[in-house]
Amino acid sequence: MTPVLDLQGVAFAYPDGHQALFGVDLHVHPGERVALLGPNGAGKTTLVLHLNGILSAESGHGAGSVRVSGLPVTKKNLAEIRRRVGIVFQDPDDQLFMGSVRADVAFGPANLGLRGAALDKRVMDALEQVGMAEFADRPPHHLSFGQRRRVAVATVLAMEPEILVLDEPSSNLDPASRRELADILRSLDVTVLMVTHDLPYALELCPRSVVLSGGRVVADGRTYDVLTDDELMRAHRLELPWGFDPRSIPVDSLPG
Amino acid sequence: MGAGHGHRLHFHGHSVVHRAPAHLKILALLAFVLVVVATPRDWYAAYAVHLAILLGVVAASRVPLGYLLPRMVIEVPFLLFAALIPFIAEGPQVAVALPGGWELSVSEPGLLAAWGLAAKGTLGVLASLTLAATTEPDAVLRGLQRLRMPELLVQIMAFMVRYLDVVTADLGRMLTAMRSRGADPRSPRHWPALARTLGALFVRSYERGERVHLAMLSRGYDGRLPDVEGAR
Repeated sequence: MTPVLDLQGVAFAYPDGHQALFGVDLHVHPGERVALLGPNGAGKTTLVLHLNGILSAESGHGAGSVRVSGLPVTKKNLAEIRRRVGIVFQDPDDQLFMGSVRADVAFGPANLGLRGAALDKRVMDALEQVGMAEFADRPPHHLSFGQRRRVAVATVLAMEPEILVLDEPSSNLDPASRRELADILRSLDVTVLMVTHDLPYALELCPRSVVLSGGRVVADGRTYDVLTDDELMRAHRLELPWGFDPRSIPVDSLPG
Repeated sequence: MGAGHGHRLHFHGHSVVHRAPAHLKILALLAFVLVVVATPRDWYAAYAVHLAILLGVVAASRVPLGYLLPRMVIEVPFLLFAALIPFIAEGPQVAVALPGGWELSVSEPGLLAAWGLAAKGTLGVLASLTLAATTEPDAVLRGLQRLRMPELLVQIMAFMVRYLDVVTADLGRMLTAMRSRGADPRSPRHWPALARTLGALFVRSYERGERVHLAMLSRGYDGRLPDVEGAR
């Protein structure tokens, strides 16, 4: 089976000389939900921006290759790559820039050339999936933060991506919004790569975790195994919240 | 559209003026302002007609004057400047009687210039506020688009409308943080700190602009905002 994401030896240095990635290999297969963990400055954001070609070996000093469902990420393929890889950025205010929720969700599919009834259907389907259909005509800046995060997910779902990449999806959400987003993510029939510091969230949603540290992949395995490997966790500045112990969670409630 | 959720300048309503197409309203405003500016300062009767037309439109829009007038404070700096002109302009002097037997000597052409500036400014501001009160910012932008305003300018204005609140909220939080640490942004003693805050706000907004651009590229932006009117 062709992996949705296939990264081989991806290395990258910013123009100022700062080297962020040192040869990353990563495969994500269709239908998987994978958490990308790692301390601040590990290169997670740099890696995410490689997935849809915002950064690439062509744009800086880098090496390696990124393929999305077999299609190499190159300038020539950018439009198709950006349809296949949907990135939800951390701050919804960066992602929602049009005058209404509907126009915002329509932005991506309209760039793909959809018009009229087909566009309308795509927009409403995406909003249904995140439970925000009734807010279609509201300006985004009048929604609560949790609602804006859900609309941000819809803007990307509307492009019918093959993989959904979420940057810190649970940040700044109150516990109820955080749980609602988890329900939505579980209900989606799409491959997910989730960058997060929220380790319980990773355990709850993602059967598999990849740990990035110092620009390298240092662990790749079952989330439960990663979180219970005390030595690995200490070595890479990963800490579980106080009072949280993955071992105390019944095995049959874990995803996977 | 915006059920009681419009912009601060917008007054929700369903009058004829609210429903008129935005591009026609923009053209009407432009024509009105040009005529007002071109009217010689001493045709006093013409100004009465201008004001009557404008008040007629306001009445038809059912936006209360009590809503528009407080928003005219934006004009105050111009009025202050206008009030100064009679005292600093040259030319023949004219004496104005003040209560209490005093007389004030002011420049006659200056007085006329002040009247012109104040009258034209007030009419222009009131007309613009009427447009803003009866038209959603979105509709104004679509109107400009229909009038073949260059795409890039319309996009820039659209982003300004969208991010004005975000940047204002940013500034509000920064000022609250300043106050919480014992600085009063209004006191001249703390102006250097205020200036640095504004600098930081500029940098933050600039960086946000870059992140928004990234998010747009990620969704296939190719330099042209798609016409999403089909989606409604």
